[in-house]
Amino acid sequence: MKFLSKYRRHKFAAPLLLMTALAALGFTYSVATAAPASNSMSASAKSTLISEGQTIFLKGCSSCHGLNSEGGAVAPSLIGVGAASVDFQVGTGRMPMQDMSQQAMRKAPLYNEEEVAALAAYVASLAPGPASLTNEEITWERDGNTADGGELFRNNCAMCHNFAGQGGALTQGKYAPTLMGVEPKHIYEALITGPQAMPVFSDKVVTPEEKLSIIKWIKAAESEPNLGGASLGRVGPVTEGLLIWTVGIGLLIGIAVWLTAKAR
Amino acid sequence: MSARERVAGTVANYVDERTGAAAYLKKNLQKVFPDHWSFMLGEIALYSFVILLLSGTFLTFWFDPSMRTVVYEGSYQPLKEVEMSAAYASALHISFDVRGGLLMRQIHHWAALIFMAAIVVHLLRVFFTGAFRKPREFNWLLGIGLLTLGIVEGFLGYSLPDDLLSGTGLRIAQAIIQALPVVGTYISFFAFGGAFPGEVFIPRIYTAHILLIPGIFLALITVHLMLVWYQKHTQYPGPGRTEKNVVGYPLMPTYMAKAGGFFFIVFGVTAFLGAVASINPIWLYGPYTPGQVSAGSQPDWYMGWLDGLVRMAPPLETHAFGHTISWNILLPGLIIPGILFTGMALYPFIESWITGDKREHHLLDRPRNVPNRTALGAMALTFTLIALINGGNDIIATHFDLTINQIMWFSRIGIIVLPPLAFVITKRICLSLQRADRELVLHGKETGRLVMLPSGEFIEIHEELSEAKKYTLTQHEQPKAIELVTADAGGVLNPKGIRAKLQARFSAANAENIAKPTAAEVKELESGHH
Repeated sequence: MKFLSKYRRHKFAAPLLLMTALAALGFTYSVATAAPASNSMSASAKSTLISEGQTIFLKGCSSCHGLNSEGGAVAPSLIGVGAASVDFQVGTGRMPMQDMSQQAMRKAPLYNEEEVAALAAYVASLAPGPASLTNEEITWERDGNTADGGELFRNNCAMCHNFAGQGGALTQGKYAPTLMGVEPKHIYEALITGPQAMPVFSDKVVTPEEKLSIIKWIKAAESEPNLGGASLGRVGPVTEGLLIWTVGIGLLIGIAVWLTAKAR
Repeated sequence: MSARERVAGTVANYVDERTGAAAYLKKNLQKVFPDHWSFMLGEIALYSFVILLLSGTFLTFWFDPSMRTVVYEGSYQPLKEVEMSAAYASALHISFDVRGGLLMRQIHHWAALIFMAAIVVHLLRVFFTGAFRKPREFNWLLGIGLLTLGIVEGFLGYSLPDDLLSGTGLRIAQAIIQALPVVGTYISFFAFGGAFPGEVFIPRIYTAHILLIPGIFLALITVHLMLVWYQKHTQYPGPGRTEKNVVGYPLMPTYMAKAGGFFFIVFGVTAFLGAVASINPIWLYGPYTPGQVSAGSQPDWYMGWLDGLVRMAPPLETHAFGHTISWNILLPGLIIPGILFTGMALYPFIESWITGDKREHHLLDRPRNVPNRTALGAMALTFTLIALINGGNDIIATHFDLTINQIMWFSRIGIIVLPPLAFVITKRICLSLQRADRELVLHGKETGRLVMLPSGEFIEIHEELSEAKKYTLTQHEQPKAIELVTADAGGVLNPKGIRAKLQARFSAANAENIAKPTAAEVKELESGHH
C-alpha cells in the first residue's frame, strides 16, 4: 500500500486512473452484452432478412393487414406488435387465417421456420415490440416449479383454459384453445403478447420465472398418465354423465332384459 | 336321512322353536313376483345404494373432514408443498397412498351416478305405466322423497373433497341460498357459520353425507320396499292376470337367484367402470380457493339440469325496500325446480281427480292407452332434457363448433316451445299406436304372402292374432269424459263452479282415444272371414 500512497499525487496518477476506469467500463460492457452480440447477425444479413420478410408479407399478409402493416377493416395494425406476436401467430399456423370466423385456430403452419423468422424480423423492424423467443431460451425444465405453476395456472389460466389445460368455450364462438402439445416458446409468447381473446400477462403481473413454472405445470399435465383409467377428455362431469347414461345404465338394462327373458 | 341332514334339521328346529321363523319364512319365501325387465330398474338403484354404503364406509376410514390448512406431502408431485385443506389432502391420500383407494373412490362415484340414473329410469317406468295409482300414491311420494334426497346427498358428496370443482359447486349453492328473499343471507351465514367458505361447512356436510342422509335413506327405502311387499307388485296385463292376483315366480328360489345374481352384476359393472374409467380426478382440479374457477365447471348429471336452468336465465333483478331480488337465480334455482317437484309429487292425486277414478289398480297401463299421461311425461322429459343440455353448453360449444350464445338461445326458446310440441307429437303417436292395435286385432298380422284368387284378384293373407294377444291388446278400459253439470234439475248451480268446468275439460282431453274393438266387431269380422 506504500506504493499507492507514495505516487497518489503523481502527475500521471489521474490520467492513469481515468484510463483504467474507462477500460474496466468498456470491458464490463462488452462482457455484459456478449451473449446477444454472438447471436446477432451482421447489419447486411439483417436487412436481407427484413426485406425477405417484407416480400412474404406483401404476398401473404398485406391483403388484410395493409401494404404498410397499418391494418384495415378486418385486421389490426401490426406496427409495434413485435416479433413475438408474429412467431406465435404464424408459427402456430393461426395466421394466415383459414376463414373469417370469430377466432383464428391453430393448424399446421403455412410458413417454415426461416420464413416465420423473416416475417418476424420485418414486423419487428416497423416499431419496437416484444422479441420472439426460441425453445432453448425457455428454460422451464431448469427454472420452473410445477407446484407453483399449478397455483399460478389455476389463478390465471384455468378459468378459460380448463383445470387441465384442455381449453374451454368463451362467448360468441370465441374459445380458449387446448394447451396440450403447444411448444414452450409459443406458450411464453402468448403470455407476453395476449393473442386473440387472451389478455397480456406482463412481467409485472406474472414474472418470467412464474411463466416458466406455468409452462412446467402445463408440460406436467400433458405428460401425466391417466391415473384413474380412461380420461374421458379431462373436461369434467359432462362426459362422466354421458358415459353413465349410455354404457352404464344401458348395460344394466340390457342385463335386466336378459335376466327376465323367457326361455325359448 | 343322512347325518348332515339330521344336523341341519336339528339346528333349524332349534332356531324355529325360539323364533317361530319357519311359518313366517314359509309364507314370505313363496311370495310371487311378476317377471319383467322394467321391474328390475328399482333394484339397480337398491343395489347401487348397497355399493355406496360399502365403498363409502371404506372411504371414511381415511377421509379427514377438516378445513384445517395443511401442506401437501403425499406422493402426487404436481401438488407437492401446496397449501390445502386437510379434507382435500386426505382425499388425495386416499387416491394415491391407500391401496385400492382410488378404485374405491371411483366405484363410489360411479355407483352414485348409477344410483341416480336408476332412480330416474325407475320413476319413468312407474309414471308411464301408471303404477302410482291407488293404492300406491304413498310409495310414489316416498320415491319423490328418495329422488330429492339422492340429489342432495350426491351434491354433498361432490362437495366433500374440497377440490376446485366441489368448491365452485358449493359457491353456486350458496348463491342460490342467498337468492332467497329476506332470509337468504341469514340462512347462508347460518349454514356456513359466517362468510363463504368458512371453516365449518365441510365437517357439517360430512355428518349429513355419511350419517344423517344415509340414515333417512335406509328408513325410506325400507318403507318403500315394505309397501311393495304389502301391496304386492303391479303386473302388466295379459291373460290370467287380474286386479286380484299376481302372476309370476316365487321369491324362493327364482328371485333369490335372479335378484342375488343381479346384485353381483350391478357390483361388477360399477367396479368395472371404477377400474377403467376416470371419474372426478380431484388431483387435476387442485385445492379450492374462492379466487379460482375452472372453465367447464359442471355439476354431476343429476344437478346438470338445474345448472342448465341457471345458465339460461335472463339477467333479471329487482330492487325494492333495500332488498335485491335476483330473479335470475331465484327463478331457475328454486321456483322452477319447486314447481316441477311439487307437480310431480301431486300428479297421482291430480290424475285421479281428472279421471274421477278412485278404484285400486294393480294392472299396469300400456303407455299408448293413456295418451294424455304419456304425452305429459314426454313434455316434462323434454323440458328437463333441454335444461340438461344447456348445463353442458360450454362443453357442447367447444366439441361441436357451436357458440355458447347459440346454445343458450336455442335452450331459452326451446324450453318454452318444445315441451308443448313434445306433448302434441307424443299424444298423436299414442293415438296412432292405438289405431295400429285396433287394426291388428280386427285384421291380424300382415304376413307378406300374396295370393291370386281364381278371379285374378290379389289379396294379402292376414294372420289372425292368438286369443291371448287379442286379450292383451283389448283388456284395458277406456275412460269416459266426466259430464259437466252446470246446474241440477231444479236450476241450482253446481257449487263446484270453475273446478267442475276444469275437471270436465281435462277429463274430456283424457278420454280422447281410438275406440278399441268391441267383442261384437271382432265376432262380425271373424264370421265374415270364414
